[in-house]
Amino acid sequence: MRRFAADVATLARKDLRLELRARDTLPAMLLFVFSALVVFHFAIPDSSSRLASNGLLWVAILFTALLGLGRAFVPEREHSVLDGLVLAPCDRSAIWLGKGLATLSFLVAAEAIALPAFALFFSGLGASAVAGVALADVGICLVGSFVAAMSVASRARELILPLLFLPLAIPIVIGGVGASVASGPGRYLAFLALYDAVFAILCWASFEYVVTE
Amino acid sequence: MIRATALGKRYGMKRVLHDVDFELERGGFLVVTGPNGSGKTTLLRLAVGLAAPTAGAIEVAVDRARLGFVGHEPLVYGELTALENLDLYGRLYRVPERRERIGMLLERFGLWDARRERAAKFSRGMLQRLALCRAFLHEPELYVLDEPFTGLDDEGAELLDRELAERRPRGTFLVATHDPARLEPLATGRLSFA
Repeated sequence: MRRFAADVATLARKDLRLELRARDTLPAMLLFVFSALVVFHFAIPDSSSRLASNGLLWVAILFTALLGLGRAFVPEREHSVLDGLVLAPCDRSAIWLGKGLATLSFLVAAEAIALPAFALFFSGLGASAVAGVALADVGICLVGSFVAAMSVASRARELILPLLFLPLAIPIVIGGVGASVASGPGRYLAFLALYDAVFAILCWASFEYVVTE
Repeated sequence: MIRATALGKRYGMKRVLHDVDFELERGGFLVVTGPNGSGKTTLLRLAVGLAAPTAGAIEVAVDRARLGFVGHEPLVYGELTALENLDLYGRLYRVPERRERIGMLLERFGLWDARRERAAKFSRGMLQRLALCRAFLHEPELYVLDEPFTGLDDEGAELLDRELAERRPRGTFLVATHDPARLEPLATGRLSFA
């Protein structure tokens, strides 16, 4: 287990270093989420309800994550590095978890801008909504990294990723919106936690088959 | 070390390998030759487990930790330096005395002065040298090398000749090449594709 954690840390650290150097994913995510919220601010009338604006926050988060996930395996595609990682004697699911953690850190950084901007343009978020965002982030990044790895081998990868990821993200949106607006958010948070746990196990168990022929 | 029986590989309707049988003993040096598109690379990818056979079987009696692979691509990150790339693989392979070993390999392959440069700025020959450093870093038992001389200048090729000769007594080699004469002194067998 310690060995697995060390491999995950090595791989996640490598992704953060690549991003610090290339700066081609996080700035795009920050700009996108802020622009989307500005557009939503002007697109919906002042008289619209708080419920509608909460829904727009989830749209912005989901598509910002999709932007990051679309670039998640770009460095591995270059020079076929994924083959090198697959041949390394580490548990192959460490590749998925390392990528998921790196993507999670980018998404959290984007939300550090998005949530205050949302409060500025629309309304402040309660603790349950923030907890919902945190749980949703985990699910988005774990499932999204898995699907991104599946799509990287495909010629139509730009199409495959959203086509596979968005249906899988529907429960996240249901749980997240419920946690943000329902009077009893506890069951929605529990639902998100269950989703994260189930999909983490499924992705961990099946990632090996995604990266080998 | 490697035994292939009635090995076959198809990509869709295209048959790339058909009914290949061979055995590579521990300590052997098998040279794989053949024209472009004859299936050499596919055979090597099957041997390291990057592809799965569609017919027959291939058994490799060594685990991933003891396998060194050089493919058509260098398998290194362009945005990382030579040092960072080797450090990443050194950590994943649990190479003992990693820093010393990386330094020694970079020195030996003539990349020491470029160790802090990003691989994206390397020439094709430098990338090939870095790929060889990556493959040799963990002192593998089985070397699977696909056209290892590609991109190397005369000095680099001579360096690789020396490196292979030095490693020959303690390793097993499966090498695809268009220049079998170069490896003739080391080879124990040849597998030719039409």
